[in-house]
Amino acid sequence: MIVRSHKETNAEIVRLEDAQKIYQMGMQQLHALAGVTVSFKRGSFWAIMGPSGSGKSTMMNILGCLDRLTSGQYLLEGRDVSRLDDDSLSELRLRHLGFVFQSFNLIPQLTVQRNIELPLYYLGWDSARSAQRAEELAEEVGLADRLRHRPAELSGGEMQRVAIARALANDPQIIFADEPTGNLDSATGEQILEVLSKLNKQGKTIIMVTHESNLAAYASSKLHMRDGIIDGIDEDSDEAH
Amino acid sequence: MRRTRIARNILLGIENLLLHKLRSSLTMLGVVFGVGSVVAMLAVGEGASKEAFEQIRKLGSDNIIISAIKSAEEEQTSTQHSHMSIYGLTYDDHARVAESFKNINRTAPVKLMRKDSRLRERAMELRVVGTTPEWFLLVPRERLAGRVLLSSDQEKRSPVVVLTEFGARKLLATESTIGQTVRIGGDQFEIIGIVKSESGQAGNIQIPDQQVDAYISIEVARIYFGDIFTKVTSGSFEREKVELHQIIVQVDKTENVEATAAGIERMLEQFHKKKDYVVSVPLALLKQAEATKRTFNIVLGSIAGISLLVGGIGIMNIMLASVTERTREIGIRRAIGAKRRQIIYQFLIETVVLSTAGGLIGLGVGLLIPLLITYFSGMATVITLNGILLPLFISMGIGILFGLYPAVHAAQVDPIIALRHE
Repeated sequence: MIVRSHKETNAEIVRLEDAQKIYQMGMQQLHALAGVTVSFKRGSFWAIMGPSGSGKSTMMNILGCLDRLTSGQYLLEGRDVSRLDDDSLSELRLRHLGFVFQSFNLIPQLTVQRNIELPLYYLGWDSARSAQRAEELAEEVGLADRLRHRPAELSGGEMQRVAIARALANDPQIIFADEPTGNLDSATGEQILEVLSKLNKQGKTIIMVTHESNLAAYASSKLHMRDGIIDGIDEDSDEAH
Repeated sequence: MRRTRIARNILLGIENLLLHKLRSSLTMLGVVFGVGSVVAMLAVGEGASKEAFEQIRKLGSDNIIISAIKSAEEEQTSTQHSHMSIYGLTYDDHARVAESFKNINRTAPVKLMRKDSRLRERAMELRVVGTTPEWFLLVPRERLAGRVLLSSDQEKRSPVVVLTEFGARKLLATESTIGQTVRIGGDQFEIIGIVKSESGQAGNIQIPDQQVDAYISIEVARIYFGDIFTKVTSGSFEREKVELHQIIVQVDKTENVEATAAGIERMLEQFHKKKDYVVSVPLALLKQAEATKRTFNIVLGSIAGISLLVGGIGIMNIMLASVTERTREIGIRRAIGAKRRQIIYQFLIETVVLSTAGGLIGLGVGLLIPLLITYFSGMATVITLNGILLPLFISMGIGILFGLYPAVHAAQVDPIIALRHE
């Protein structure tokens, strides 16, 4: 389905340039990101690792356009988005990004179908087209028979697959996964990572935050964070396609 | 396309509200009562003023009614034996009023008598009014049969009588009775017609044909019955000399009514030693009724405003609680790409749906109450289009006004924090 030229595949999709995020905590300043320069290639699968407080979540929020840098630059597909206003960031998330969270973050009162349709609703799709897309996506993650259920009626693994289907609805370039297996048993967690791997093979860039090194094995590249700076990069330079 | 989107948003809002049926309905209650009471009070108020205006219309808004009254001194002395009270309006008064004011279109004198009457076997006491044909122009009533008094009756002093509906009922007279002879006092009168009669009162002014049974020509009344009346009350005689009991005056233009009434008042003052008359102006009543209605509306508006305010605050309170409760949902929507204004829109629609639904239910309640009032107390109630639309628009406005703050509050939620919210 996704066919890209070799050149494009290797193009930079995300780049941080001396990125700093400083939180004011009373009189103290907390450097959540203390000058990070890094770039991710299109089609890569990154695991961002590090102990809690290392700045990996902040990095994720910045890359996911949920938060803004205090200083430095963030280039998303070559475009500087570090100074964009709230509406433009929302627009970027809506059109280009998908999110999968540790606690699934499905809206409890909506059915599986309506949860998957949520991004399409904000994209302004009509209901017939949205419903069709939701069905396709549910099938892709193996939940075609669960469309009418509510999240509370699903198992953890199923909920996370719904979340993945929702993240895919807007056909994003990048999928952010924040500890996607944190609330799942290891067998189910591995299934979820299989799904993410499959998506990566289809060409999606995946950026995952995790602290479990065995899961990080699914990623092609690893970024270690400590105290707001990069502690080490483990990049698979000949990531094969 | 745009319309279906709005419909979808409203449907979504309704779905969300239905998740908490009890909470939503309790929240609506404030608006239900607010709107219900506004609609009901407007209907009652409108009905009351319509009734008042109807009564005043019967009096004639261009008319001035001068009535004879027994002055206070006269009232005291009249209890003595063989005393004759002399009071009231005179034939001269009538002539003077009719001639002195150029703004006056026409006048009618009224001489009131109680006479024992008999039609065939039926004997009743009738209240007879001696007047001129002008009466029937001043107090226009539907003719049921025959004709009314004419100036030729006046000139010829014909002994003819026009019965009112009341009088006809008392004597059991019908259309076929026209032309027959009725005995009034000691004299024979020919029945020439029957007119409809109205009853009622506006303020302290009775409508002119209240409880009148028959009309005869004033000339005839004067010649046949004279000006002295004897009343027998508990064994003692009471004698009164009254020439005219009422003079009804019609003024050419509404704006001249008050000035003319004042002029008449001044003129009568000069010729009457005692204050044995009273000048009433239905128009003044009309103005008074309008002022009363205004006051009533202000009071109603304030009460309604307060109850709707309370309802609105209730809605705002619940919506704020709902925003806190749904922080995570807001965070999810924002992360997915919803803009702030889309969040505002979502919550605002929920509030407006809630308040409008409350408004609609309140309207139902408010329409039912006047019906029950009319059914049980017979009081007139009037539901106007304004009385329906105004509260509905107000309830929608309440939704927007009191929904705005919670909605803006919702949009300020930081998605990063919201997503970690448990």
